[in-house]
Amino acid sequence: MKLYDGGKILIGLMVFVGIATFPFYYNIGKVNAKPELKTDTPAIQAWEKQYGKKECVESKEYMRSEHMQLLNNWRDSVVRDMNRQYVSMTSGRKFNMSLQNGCLECHSNKKQFCDQCHNYMAVKPYCFDCHIQPMEKEENKS
Amino acid sequence: MKAIISFIAVLILAAIAYVGVDVLNMQYIFGVVIPYLAVAIFVIFMIVRILKWGSSPNPFRIPTTCGQQKSLPWIKYSKLENPSGVLGVLGRMALEVLFFRSLFRNLKTQLRDDSQLTYGEAKWLWAAGLAFHWSFLIILVRHLRFFTQQVPAAVQLVEMLDSFLQIGVPLLYMTDAVLLGAITYLFLRRIAIPQMRYLSLMNDYFPLFLIFGIALSGVLMRYFLKTDIVSVKMLTMSLVGFSPSIPQNPISVIFYIHLFLICTLFAYFPFSKLVHMAGVFMSPTRVLANTSRVKRHINPWNYPVHVHTYAEYEDDFRDKMKNAGLPVEKE
Ligand code: HEC
Ligand code: HEC
Ligand code: HEC
Repeated sequence: MKLYDGGKILIGLMVFVGIATFPFYYNIGKVNAKPELKTDTPAIQAWEKQYGKKECVESKEYMRSEHMQLLNNWRDSVVRDMNRQYVSMTSGRKFNMSLQNGCLECHSNKKQFCDQCHNYMAVKPYCFDCHIQPMEKEENKS
Repeated sequence: MKAIISFIAVLILAAIAYVGVDVLNMQYIFGVVIPYLAVAIFVIFMIVRILKWGSSPNPFRIPTTCGQQKSLPWIKYSKLENPSGVLGVLGRMALEVLFFRSLFRNLKTQLRDDSQLTYGEAKWLWAAGLAFHWSFLIILVRHLRFFTQQVPAAVQLVEMLDSFLQIGVPLLYMTDAVLLGAITYLFLRRIAIPQMRYLSLMNDYFPLFLIFGIALSGVLMRYFLKTDIVSVKMLTMSLVGFSPSIPQNPISVIFYIHLFLICTLFAYFPFSKLVHMAGVFMSPTRVLANTSRVKRHINPWNYPVHVHTYAEYEDDFRDKMKNAGLPVEKE
């Protein structure tokens, strides 16, 4: 098979292959650090002592995929309807619908919890432009 | 009819993924085997296709031109419309690929009541095509966040700009809406305009529905049905690291449907009209400089051309010609 204008075509092919396989070589030599979540804050330990098990607002699977939606609903509910109480669909327990006084009360280790996933996925929730983050010691930042 | 069959085909594809994952639990097949296969088919057959095109000779310069050709120094010539060299071609191609310049020239031809032929602007196809392709590109770039460990700053920037209206949580990406809108227009156009409907084939409708299905499943997954995205990234990272494994936390079936449709698109790409992605760079009417007169272009098929001169002809038939009383040049 003879190629006409072969040089130009080969350059084009190289560019194509370079782009199409970008993810395969971009990550070579980079550590594939999966998020490590710590759920052993004082608040959660106290909760565990009181109720005998670790619990989130909803089931773990639900939280993993729906927590953004949940937060959005909470925000609407508080800001628009002045309703600050959330009744869990899983356990029936009542929670204070609040970002900094709810989620982050238990998950007071934001850097080792929320941020672990968010950095992994490169999402930067803009919530903390306004909402207060918990104070955390820098040294045990992973 | 062709549209309906294409639609059903995409539904069946989605159903295959649904049954395969939700009923038969073939996560590994749908999450690992098929994606690898699809990417391999895509890359290999794109190359095959391009080499095949490259092996057909290009004997003449046939660029479509619509401007003054370069000739005498005091005649102004059109660098982009009638390029005379590499730079002109590059400029022309850049405008073509990035802004669909030739589509911008699209005209509407109509016969008025007084049987007068009139031409009018027809920019909708251009606008929708541009919106569609650019959204698609941006969405593709955004998806790199699933395939890179330290997500490149450029990808994050694209993501930030795309979501800067900050509507809802998770933030609405503008391109999601634009893509769905544009592709709906492109489909309705084929259905609503009689000539277009007549021209359209299965291979026109199928990619439209397929891409619509991909976009729709993606939008459903991001905004409505939700799935555990961190696990999705673990899966994709394991794929690009060639150590495939299905994460422990279950990923909901909508993701597998999305993925299967994408794999179909990848595998279908090199064999469909979608190869115009590569084809646009290889169309002789676009990429050639108009050097028909400046340079001698030799046809590579049969050069040197075999010629039979009159002298040779006379040698062959001299006796017969003499017998017939015809004049000959050489005795
Ligand atoms: C009562 C304390 C408490 C509150 C309030 C709380 N969480 Fe949790 N959360 C937990 C515990 C404990 C776990 C671990 C559950 C387990 O391991 O089963 C958890 C798990 C999670 C997970 C899943 C992590 C994983 O391991 O996959 C997410 C995501 C999460 N929480 C987000 C939130 C968000 C967002 C809020 C606010 C809407 C919130 N949590 C409020 C205690 C809490
Ligand atoms: C422009 C500043 C601003 C930003 C950005 C912002 N919020 Fe708020 N948020 C507020 C204010 C002000 C309130 C009202 C506080 C109150 O009434 O207690 C509030 C209330 C809330 C509440 C209920 C009350 C509470 O104590 O938390 C939730 C939940 C909430 N926001 C979630 C979010 C989430 C999630 C994001 C990010 C997606 C976000 N907010 C971003 C300003 C902001
Ligand atoms: C299991 C991993 C995980 C944990 C833990 C987690 N998140 Fe998330 N969160 C995500 C992912 C993934 C997204 C992005 C979804 C997307 O991009 O579609 C997200 C998105 C969000 C968003 C929406 C941001 C946006 O721009 O769309 C908010 C708000 C949020 N998380 C708050 C929290 C808070 C607060 C915590 C800690 C209490 C937390 N998350 C813990 C995985 C996690």
